[in-house]
Amino acid sequence: MSNHGKKYGMLIDLDKCTGCGSCMVACMAENNVPFKKDESNKLVSITWMRVYRLTNGKPFPDTEICYLPRPCMQCEGEHGHSPCVSVCPAVATDYDFSTGIVSQIPTRCFGCRYCMAACPYHARYFNWYDPIWPKGMKESLSPHVSPRMRGVVEKCTFCFHRYQQAMEKAYYESREELEENEYQTACTQACPAGAIIFGDLNNPDHTVTRVVGPDDAHGGRPKNPAVFRLLERLGTNPKVYYTSTREWVRRQADNDAARGENAGRH
Amino acid sequence: MDSALIPEGVKRCPLPLFILGVLAVGAVLLWGVYAMLLCWIKGLNQTNMNDYYGFALWIWADLAVIALGGGAFFTGLLRYLVGKDELKNIINFAVVIGFICYSSALLILAIDIGQPLRGWFIFWHANVHSMLTEVAFCLSCYFAVLTIEFVPLVLEQRQLNKVTFFHHLGHNMHEIMAVFAATGAFLSFFHQGSLGGVAGVLYGRPFAFRESLLVWPSTFFLFTWSAAACGPCFTILVTKITEAITRKKLVGDPAIHTLAKISGWMILTYIMAKTIDTVYWALVTAPEGGFTLGQFYSHNAFYGYWILIAEVIVGGLIPALILISEKGRNNPRMLVLAAVLACVGISINRWVMVLQVMAVPVMPFDTWQLYIPSWQEVATTILPVAYGVLLIAFAHRYLPVFPQEKELNP
Ligand code: SF4
Ligand code: SF4
Repeated sequence: MSNHGKKYGMLIDLDKCTGCGSCMVACMAENNVPFKKDESNKLVSITWMRVYRLTNGKPFPDTEICYLPRPCMQCEGEHGHSPCVSVCPAVATDYDFSTGIVSQIPTRCFGCRYCMAACPYHARYFNWYDPIWPKGMKESLSPHVSPRMRGVVEKCTFCFHRYQQAMEKAYYESREELEENEYQTACTQACPAGAIIFGDLNNPDHTVTRVVGPDDAHGGRPKNPAVFRLLERLGTNPKVYYTSTREWVRRQADNDAARGENAGRH
Repeated sequence: MDSALIPEGVKRCPLPLFILGVLAVGAVLLWGVYAMLLCWIKGLNQTNMNDYYGFALWIWADLAVIALGGGAFFTGLLRYLVGKDELKNIINFAVVIGFICYSSALLILAIDIGQPLRGWFIFWHANVHSMLTEVAFCLSCYFAVLTIEFVPLVLEQRQLNKVTFFHHLGHNMHEIMAVFAATGAFLSFFHQGSLGGVAGVLYGRPFAFRESLLVWPSTFFLFTWSAAACGPCFTILVTKITEAITRKKLVGDPAIHTLAKISGWMILTYIMAKTIDTVYWALVTAPEGGFTLGQFYSHNAFYGYWILIAEVIVGGLIPALILISEKGRNNPRMLVLAAVLACVGISINRWVMVLQVMAVPVMPFDTWQLYIPSWQEVATTILPVAYGVLLIAFAHRYLPVFPQEKELNP
């Protein structure tokens, strides 16, 4: 099976996103994301996919809002290491060069949280509490994703189990390659606005690559002026791209305080 | 009552008074143990850490005690390898303090992971690229070395020393102590350094990230340097506190002044290196990440420029100047002041590298995160202090920690 050289990535159209949160819900259901007794403290809630609310900072009536969904960026890093991968002392998180996905092995994680300190996107979540499943829900947990226990870190994996399932099916049908839509993440499928496109950035036929641009998909800064990534200047080389026609949105992607932009916005 | 256990020729307070003191500190210790058990049994939800603040109070305490415990390896290095003979009068105590600091650090780490039973994964599945792996290995090895350095002192206890085997074992261990001092210095270089590296390699966090010198970020060297510089100040400070409590002079001035002088020069050179590092980071590294220096020190309720001044000037330059001047270190009050400031300075440095790193927003639309530790975190952070006080109390009472005590208190 030649599955070498795939590099899965995502493009999120911020002009289309309405902030409905379907992606968050789909992600939670798909990946057995646990609940806890009191969900009011969002700083200890687990949301692999999180929707941020951005504003242009102007008073009414010039206020504009943009919703920015943030999964794990599946960073590739400058040396093939995402910020979180190189720091994990137990190799509980790893970069898979055959798919470009940063995996997470909960049973090997021992909860030092160094990866959380390393991730600038806050895409990693610690299980502060024992998981709680509301009555009857335990029976409907997905058998494809192992539930995580207290004391370990978890994060979005681009629904990696779906990739495995798709590959198994293809293998069963004596195929080596996947069709573009055979492997899709739960959030991509759930988005009612069609704001999320998912595919192989190394495959020039995939829609995501066509929009992002094949060169950009290989680590360069997107040439399409509407396409950008978060915090590119840090060298994390994310595989999640965003697009927006609004300049103020694009400006919030990177810390350009050193160039006099975005200064004092906190 | 326990006079048969007390080193010959020295006086100790009455046993009931000693027991009273031990009980008072023991109560604090138990409070910490209770909090520790809560963290293990109920989980880290007992803390106020969160997904933004994954490292918090006790990680700072961990880094701080390791830095302050640096007096053990550096004093050992000066005594056994450089040949500063006068330090033989303080080396025992430096080893006791180092032992306390490092065992505390390991205890804190065991609490921190919340799942101590899984702690061995770090050795079993070791990722050689991770700075934390280096920390874990060097820390454990160095703790073993410190234990080996501590054992002869225990064997010299009046009653134990009567056992011929223990007597010879202790004596022979003393003979080869230079080997362990050298091993300890080597291990310390790497684990102090890798603790600095833990923050310095976080290229996703421009507040912590530093360019590399050889294969290490500059914080690697700064951490080792600062621990070697300020650790001896902590040794001096604890010695002075012990002297004040026991109302006895325990270590002669030559040992203290030699240590103080070397520490002073080390702090001065460290502060120069730290300043160069900070300037380069502020002018080159941070702007490359899109940040200005001001951004790290403004728009929040706590982290202002004052912290930089407190660390570098108040806790660095001032104690360095006091300690390198003969007049300064010969004045008992100034000496203690300098030692306190140096310890505060290095603690602020470790605070900044752990907590401010977490607090600074990196994504442009994020906000500063401040946190207040829960009582469980405070109790478990105080726990090692209580444990240290107890160990020093017992060591002072029953072990020949201070070879000059008899001659200084005729
Ligand atoms: S918390 Fe787990 S995944 Fe993260 S660095 Fe530690 S061991 Fe690795
Ligand atoms: S977004 Fe965070 S968790 Fe995901 S790969 Fe990047 S550093 Fe790791």
